[in-house]
Amino acid sequence: MNMSLKHATPLLQVRDLAKRYGRRIGCEHIDFDLYPGEVLCIVGESGSGKSTLLNTLAFQLRPDEGSVRYDLKDRGATDLATLTDAQLRELWRTDWGFVRQNPRDGLRMRVSAGANIGERLMAVGQRHYGDIRDTALAWLNKVEIDASRLDDAPTAFSGGMQQRLQIARNLVTQPRLVFMDEPTAGLDVSVQARFLDLLRSLVAELGLAVILVTHDLAVARLLAHRLIVMRQGRIVETGLTDQVLDDPQHPYTQLLVSSVLAA
Amino acid sequence: MNAPHPVTDELLQPGYNFAYLDEHTKRMIRRALLKAVAIPGYQVPFGGREMPLPYGWGTGGIQVTAAIIGRDDTLKVIDQGADDTTNAVNIRSFFRKVTGVATTEKTREASIIQTRHRVPETPLAEGQTMVYQVPIPEPLRWLEPRETETRTMHALSEYGVMHVKLYEDIVRHGRIATTYDYPVIVNERYLMRPSPIPKFDNPKLDMSPALQLFGAGREKRVYAVPPYTRVRSLDFDDHPFAVERWSQPCALCGSTHSYLDEIILDDQGQRMFVCSDTEYCHTRQEEGHRGTQSDTGKEVAA
Repeated sequence: MNMSLKHATPLLQVRDLAKRYGRRIGCEHIDFDLYPGEVLCIVGESGSGKSTLLNTLAFQLRPDEGSVRYDLKDRGATDLATLTDAQLRELWRTDWGFVRQNPRDGLRMRVSAGANIGERLMAVGQRHYGDIRDTALAWLNKVEIDASRLDDAPTAFSGGMQQRLQIARNLVTQPRLVFMDEPTAGLDVSVQARFLDLLRSLVAELGLAVILVTHDLAVARLLAHRLIVMRQGRIVETGLTDQVLDDPQHPYTQLLVSSVLAA
Repeated sequence: MNAPHPVTDELLQPGYNFAYLDEHTKRMIRRALLKAVAIPGYQVPFGGREMPLPYGWGTGGIQVTAAIIGRDDTLKVIDQGADDTTNAVNIRSFFRKVTGVATTEKTREASIIQTRHRVPETPLAEGQTMVYQVPIPEPLRWLEPRETETRTMHALSEYGVMHVKLYEDIVRHGRIATTYDYPVIVNERYLMRPSPIPKFDNPKLDMSPALQLFGAGREKRVYAVPPYTRVRSLDFDDHPFAVERWSQPCALCGSTHSYLDEIILDDQGQRMFVCSDTEYCHTRQEEGHRGTQSDTGKEVAA
């Protein structure tokens, strides 16, 4: 992992970011850099502003203060606030991916798995049915879904398969950054383990940068290079995963770590 | 019926403004139509009025026709290609009563052709106007239920997802099985539903010399394809757009190049294929063209 940290330019630079809902704070004073290939976990209790932060980083919510700069393929580091809606949406469906907690939010439930994977390809202009299908098949294989399920709708899939299909659907355009919001929350423990395993190998194989929101410290331990601990909309502690989990400094982090069995 | 009727038709009903709608409403619809013509394929909202017939029976098309019709126009109305089915007969008689304008069944004689789900086989000419009745104007509705989102998608030309629908067709049927209301790109810019015409008629929309207006009454939208505008049907490279073909010619006029309806003749499985455009079929028969069942056909048609 440390190989990737040698990159000179961060993929994402976040400076003094804040999002407020009226007088309530969603998140504020957020500062960090994310490097290519790095997996960053945002942990914290429910209501601590994790999801707000994730959505604000992805500009699905507009920040009230601060900036997010992303290393665009063609223009280098660019303040996302300067992009037009069209450019932002293109970023969302090509160079970025979104894996939702509930697969119903991230998949088209009424169309086949193949069409779900192929949608981004068609959105960027691929017009050859056979090629799209071949690519979809290859991705099903990568996320360990049987090829015979290519033409089945996600409604016929188990929860774990739906989450893996979401991964395939997002990774098909080879994004460099993927946002994940509690991707394992709806899965039972055995399915979780397999899903995390798959995720870890894909991230390593493709050199993906991931920002992952979770309340599950075990997930963070398995996947993350770095951790951000949030409380009441602010970062209370940040550092390498092992360092934060094994030697928590902030009282809140200590409480969080001690409240989990064998984290 | 084919002889032009004078404006002082005895059928003309007193007590109505010319073409039923009041002048301000007609002006409002014309303004919307002008905008629609200026931006080919773009859906323009208009203040749709209550019409004396239910939504789904052509209220959009009737309002468009009412807005553009003049005293020297000649109106033709078709329903699924036929001039003599309920919808066509009633809309035609409605306009006879409220305008007194001449009506015709001859495609060549008409200046305005209001249609439900067909484009006439006889090629259209400059100066003619097609008025389509549209049930659902938004082509992206199947994929995206939010109106705000579909408008953004139109604004940004984000139409890639439309192919998801065609992809699903091929998955389920081995080919693009959408046979009517087949999505098109107008002027290489806006995605448009051509109304539920068979895809057989899609090529007729492309570079047509006639002005083509579309009215959706329930959803209160109009859109247009001006004359000589490119209209391209969506497809895949390895599954190109193709129109319907029939294994036999029209049983009445022998036409091998028109859209055919299948008519079940009895409960023994006997059937015949005849032109859906009745006026075209009659004209061909008058010109001496004959099909395999020309005699039986007359009984069936009678």
